[in-house]
Amino acid sequence: MSATTAVRRVGHRLHSRLHYRVRRYGVEGVCLLLGLAIVIWSLTPIYNMWLIALSLHGDIFSGDLWPSNPSLESFRVVIYEDFWYLARFWHQFGNSFYVGLMVTFLTLFIGSLASFTVGRMRLRNGWMLTNAALMTYVIPASFLAIPIYRIMQIYGLGDHLVSVIMALTTFATPYAIFIFSQYGKSIPMELDESARIDGANPWQIYFRIYLPLMSPALVAVGTYALLLAWNEYLYNFLLLSSPESMTVAVALAQFLNSDESPWNYMMATAIIYALPPIILYYGFRRHMAAGLTMGGVKG
Amino acid sequence: MSVTQQAIAVGQGFARPRPVRRAWFSGIHGADYVWAIAFALPYAAIFFAFVVYPIAFGLWMGSDPALYDELFADPRYLTAVVNTLLYVGIGVNLKMFLAFLLSGFFMRKRWWSKALLVIFILPWATPALPAYMSIHWFLNGQWGMLNNILYTLFGIDGPVYLNEHWMGLGANISAYIWKTLPFWTIILLAGRMSVPQELYEAAEVDGATGLRRFAHITVPMLANLYLVCTLLDMVFALGDFNATYFVSGGGPAMSTEVLATLGIRYAFTVALPRLGVAAVMSALPLLIPLVILLMRKLRMSEGQL
Repeated sequence: MSATTAVRRVGHRLHSRLHYRVRRYGVEGVCLLLGLAIVIWSLTPIYNMWLIALSLHGDIFSGDLWPSNPSLESFRVVIYEDFWYLARFWHQFGNSFYVGLMVTFLTLFIGSLASFTVGRMRLRNGWMLTNAALMTYVIPASFLAIPIYRIMQIYGLGDHLVSVIMALTTFATPYAIFIFSQYGKSIPMELDESARIDGANPWQIYFRIYLPLMSPALVAVGTYALLLAWNEYLYNFLLLSSPESMTVAVALAQFLNSDESPWNYMMATAIIYALPPIILYYGFRRHMAAGLTMGGVKG
Repeated sequence: MSVTQQAIAVGQGFARPRPVRRAWFSGIHGADYVWAIAFALPYAAIFFAFVVYPIAFGLWMGSDPALYDELFADPRYLTAVVNTLLYVGIGVNLKMFLAFLLSGFFMRKRWWSKALLVIFILPWATPALPAYMSIHWFLNGQWGMLNNILYTLFGIDGPVYLNEHWMGLGANISAYIWKTLPFWTIILLAGRMSVPQELYEAAEVDGATGLRRFAHITVPMLANLYLVCTLLDMVFALGDFNATYFVSGGGPAMSTEVLATLGIRYAFTVALPRLGVAAVMSALPLLIPLVILLMRKLRMSEGQL
């Protein structure tokens, strides 16, 4: 009798172990499936871009799921500016860089000054400044596009890169102030005080003490501003109209003006346009940690 | 400053007792006051020149009541209002829910989960314009990749997605979700990681199982972060121009326009800037409560700002 119980017990144990294993592999399998679904979901539009860019013009409409005659022809056309939409491509690429760097610089400069005066010097009524920044952060940029377009005409900045730089700086700075104020709290006030006792004026404290200690936040916000400026479309499109002043985003969207456009050239342009921000993003992902949390790039 | 600290800073609904910090000695005066004002001046200048002035200008442009009669008489406007509500309501909430679930998925440590996260981020790292353009061609009815796949695998001819109102709107919303899901997943992942492990251990000692730990620890700890993220993304979605403009292009026959694109369309395609401003301003009843709520939430979470 005891033998049968023992057998039953062993059987039970085996059974439950089997059950456990089935369950574990089941869960593992479901997770793998979900992971696979995530990969497909994330990569399909990206793959589509490459598929079209690597196809010859005649092959785009063939319905193939991979390029039958993969060719770098469309990249060659973009790089050598061999198509009339792309006649000033590298110049426009330079424009995009120029706008991005200027927006980054101005955002860091204006944002750090503002957060310094509010957070460190305790400017009376400084809360008004932070509230103004917060309000700007939560107003959708596209809602201000029409009046800003008109105002840039009034300022005489129509079709001038400065107009885009100023508009984008306006929308990037609030986030900078937000991050700088938070980060600045980790820098002890005693540093400022001792510098003052040594006779430093506020500018010296800002430049020699505050900025160097803020460098991690500066990197995070700088990356954010650069990406925002590079990726932005609406303001670039509204404020810049001539091929000379256009940025790549506007030049790229020009392909949509005509139904006859060579889509493979368009996708090759899109890939070349997308590469710098992707490289920057993955390169600075660790530093962007701070930037990630609140940095929904404003649409 | 790590993601975690940031996320928890946003996530904490209650105001943390802010350490009283001395200002420079006792307040600022004299030359220092001039410095302080000078430092505040650049931001004040761009705020007045590029925020206050445009807002005032916009309010003035859209102040004529006749504009709104014209607006409400336009069926395309009413469609755009419905689309905007669906876009914001479904797009944001569905995405935040998915992001919440996915953040739990990414919490499970596996050898491949890091690599998966790198791939998963790619849509967010890609600029909106190329991504949405690609999705537009992906959905093309005649030779888009989606219908090619359907034909190759199942031998069926897929529909012309962007030629139909509901599918077009669905495409825009899906594209928006595709683009921004990674970002919010990572925020919520950071929030989940910042929940103190001791809470889970204590719950385990008390005999709480997976589901109850989820319901009584994870959910309450993340509730506020989730709410702030949802509100913030509602504002972003309300102002989102790119997805609609590049995926469906507002078509067919302007039936998938949202207010952000309709305003631009009125102002620059039809050359009725005042009507465009009025269209955008009609979103204020939705935007203002959101903005007030958000400003409160964000300020509460971090003393100032």
